[in-house]
Amino acid sequence: MSEPKQRPDASRPTSRRSFLRSGLALGGAVGAGAFTGRAAAETPDAKNLPPNVPEWSQSLGDGVVSRPYGRPSKFEADVVRRDVEWLTASRQSSVSFTPLHRLEGIITPNGLGFERHHGGIAEIDPAEHRLMIHGLVEKPLVLTLEDVKRFPRVNRIAFLECAANSGMEWKGAQLNGCQFTHGMIHCVMYTGVPLKRLLEEAGLKTNAKWLLPEGADASAMTRSVPIEKALDDAIVAYAMNGEALYPEHGYPLRLVLPGWQGNMWVKWLRRIKVGDEPWHTREETSKYTALLPDGQARRFTWAMDAKSVITDPSPQAPLHRKGFTVLSGLAWSGRGAIRSVDVSLDGGRNWRAARLDGPVLDKALTRFYYEFDWNGDPLLLQSRAIDETGYVQPTKAALRQHRGLNSIYHNNGIQTWHVLPNGEIENVEVA
Amino acid sequence: MSRSPNRTLIALAGLFLAVAPAAAERLNIGRAATPDEIRGWDIDVRPDGQGLPVGKGTAALGETIFQERCASCHGEFGEGAGRWPELAGGAGTIKSDSPVKTVGSYWPYVSTVFDFIHRAMPFGAAQTLTPDETYSVTAYLLYLNDILKDQDFEVNEKNLATIRLPNEKNFFMDDRETAEKEFWNAKPCMKDCLPKEAAITSRARALDVTPEKASEAAKPSAPVQ
Repeated sequence: MSEPKQRPDASRPTSRRSFLRSGLALGGAVGAGAFTGRAAAETPDAKNLPPNVPEWSQSLGDGVVSRPYGRPSKFEADVVRRDVEWLTASRQSSVSFTPLHRLEGIITPNGLGFERHHGGIAEIDPAEHRLMIHGLVEKPLVLTLEDVKRFPRVNRIAFLECAANSGMEWKGAQLNGCQFTHGMIHCVMYTGVPLKRLLEEAGLKTNAKWLLPEGADASAMTRSVPIEKALDDAIVAYAMNGEALYPEHGYPLRLVLPGWQGNMWVKWLRRIKVGDEPWHTREETSKYTALLPDGQARRFTWAMDAKSVITDPSPQAPLHRKGFTVLSGLAWSGRGAIRSVDVSLDGGRNWRAARLDGPVLDKALTRFYYEFDWNGDPLLLQSRAIDETGYVQPTKAALRQHRGLNSIYHNNGIQTWHVLPNGEIENVEVA
Repeated sequence: MSRSPNRTLIALAGLFLAVAPAAAERLNIGRAATPDEIRGWDIDVRPDGQGLPVGKGTAALGETIFQERCASCHGEFGEGAGRWPELAGGAGTIKSDSPVKTVGSYWPYVSTVFDFIHRAMPFGAAQTLTPDETYSVTAYLLYLNDILKDQDFEVNEKNLATIRLPNEKNFFMDDRETAEKEFWNAKPCMKDCLPKEAAITSRARALDVTPEKASEAAKPSAPVQ
């Protein structure tokens, strides 16, 4: 989005209110403290339940390659990227959101990873794509995709978070669902060439200090990247999660800058210029600078700080029953690996250690769980990530103390979910 | 006298470690970029003017181009049409509750204006403006923002970088590691961290702006238990 708006237009559809009405009616019918139920039409058909033999146990299913490229079950059709139309003026310079509330583990499926475009999805024929490296180098290069694939390869799992993730929440709780409040993030395994290796092939001159990667799409995205990052862990990637990049993620080539704001991960990468000063492009002056209350603005805020969110339960993933409850969430830090995650059930008054499960990788999403017995009382759920540098995810109030309300980007404040006695969950703030 | 093979291996390993970073032998992949190829793509501009193409324009010429190519989205005076970005105005709002961030009120460098217009505008027809047209549109935007007072003043590759924007001095390098040092905290509070029970101060539901389908999905969908 050009800038996430804090408030939408005044006129809006009212379906949410009509849902609330029906919810109230149902709640009245089944009595206080009970859950609003699944609609009658959605009640499972008893003919497929024991002791009956289900229909799929008696007939043959589709044969192999009826789906040459597999898709999720039709019963998972609502697990999709979504957008929020009022956020931006055009769909071609806009953002969609990863359905975090329905995902598990740490790897985002390629078809669900959020998108952020500034000139739409470029559809590039790899045979007609070129990567040019020039500027302060001994030998300016033109590389085909085939050329890039001849360099020694690396694999790396890393999260990519938009600098504006949670940006709509600076002034208060606004969107009801972690897909919308935290879904400008994905985490995949990239395969590609260390950028260092490509720069060595061109031969850096001694005064090489900055790089300008540029995209081949109509926005010609450009950012200034310091040479230290390029020589450290930057990758020019052509595969994600084992297959070629998807067009919406930069096919055939993209830049990967682990831990740093997503805007710099230039997609459809076609050019890398080497220079001795930053360029101060539009995307690091007008945008991706953090305006503070005194009128000063931070520039070059590259690293994404430690952050976490409870994905389930959450507004789009309500609780269904009392008793033993699995709380699942994600934590990440652009400064290193997650060291621990704490969970609070009472709005941050008391904290308990969550359980990390699965790989805990440097600058990657990390899955945490917290199991507890829910007695049906209202809860104020929070999670708090701590990374290996000792950075503790701050509250939104603490961030606002430093940055006010208009810095747009880098909102890594602690999220609160209010669990209602009927299992519904809402995005709230507490004090 | 007896040479330990292990020693030799370790010594070799050490040697490899030592030379690895400098060992970047060329693999001779790819080919040299020609000056023509570089010229075709190398259009970026820096604040000191490096990269500016030879050319010139004025606000008066820019006004005509802007009305034809830009005003349908950005408004006749850069005020923005509908949801599209405002390019002019906003002076004095940057410290307010509702900052209006435009070329005049917020952007630090004129070079960025030229560079971005030349590479990425008009939206949907990028890289169709000539250098002269871009100088003119840039001049018009400076005129709309009261940076240039004379609509016939010629902006060119020699003087563009000498024109200063009022907000240039208000940008500073990321200082989170020092300014927000308190967030690095070895022992965060675990118990009785708030003086009293947490109270709700803000609710997303009150705003009712989440997309419809997601709200429907938020209904508890399991049988009553």
